[in-house]
Amino acid sequence: MDNLFQEIAFWSLAVVTVGGALAVLRTQNMFRAALMLVVSFAGVAGIFALINAEFLAVVQILIYGGGVAVLVIFAVMVTRDVTEGNRNTRTQPFALLVAAGLFVTLAFAIVKAEWNVLPDDLPGPLADVFVDTPAALGDLLLSEYVLPFEIAGVVLLAAVVGALSLVRER
Amino acid sequence: MVERLLILSAVLFCIGLYGALSRRHVIAVLISVEIMFNAVNIALVAFSRYITPAALRATGEVNEAAVRSLLAGQTFALFVIVVAAAEVALGLALVIAMVRRKDTTDISEASLMRR
Repeated sequence: MDNLFQEIAFWSLAVVTVGGALAVLRTQNMFRAALMLVVSFAGVAGIFALINAEFLAVVQILIYGGGVAVLVIFAVMVTRDVTEGNRNTRTQPFALLVAAGLFVTLAFAIVKAEWNVLPDDLPGPLADVFVDTPAALGDLLLSEYVLPFEIAGVVLLAAVVGALSLVRER
Repeated sequence: MVERLLILSAVLFCIGLYGALSRRHVIAVLISVEIMFNAVNIALVAFSRYITPAALRATGEVNEAAVRSLLAGQTFALFVIVVAAAEVALGLALVIAMVRRKDTTDISEASLMRR
């Protein structure tokens, strides 16, 4: 029963995610493309929740579904060509070829590779990690990954300062 | 389970790649790059959940290092999200600067860094 639920949840989320991404490419209206992007992000958040990444699912909704989507929609509204701006460049056939070729290669590698999959019944301490991922993640961020964590703060500050100086009226 | 998550990630990545290479509107290119970031995050989280960490595979015993390395993928995904947020803020600032200076959103027009 639990397995059946997981199957249904995975396939519906996969359809939502891929469908949203395809709709972003299909629609000519940039504003609608930005809204479809939010649908795709929500699907990805559901997939995170499905595979024991609850904290990342919440972060995904907050940062992508909230922050990034609002930024993109604002940027769409201040630029021109909103209704018919989503056209192709001359490189479109080449792009299709590259993307299809990459997908075939990736799919071949994924199917052929021998994955060292974790056993279903995890030993005690390992299973505990997936019971309370936010706590374990917070512990990791402030011990093993404390340097990248601090640098991420500096990167965000630099990005904010850079963005402000780029859009400043002179 | 891990294979189909990775296939989903590959599908999303290729959709994003196609969009980033073929679109004319700068914001559409940025959106496509965001889709690619999401694909990578799915792969990272799937690895974190389903693949045996090297520390566990080598010794076979459950020790502190094995427990800690189990969530490495999720930590990486978190950093990817941070970098993607910084990227989108800067990218959209660039778009606005470009619209102000050249009055166009066509990426082919952005081949020079000066006016």
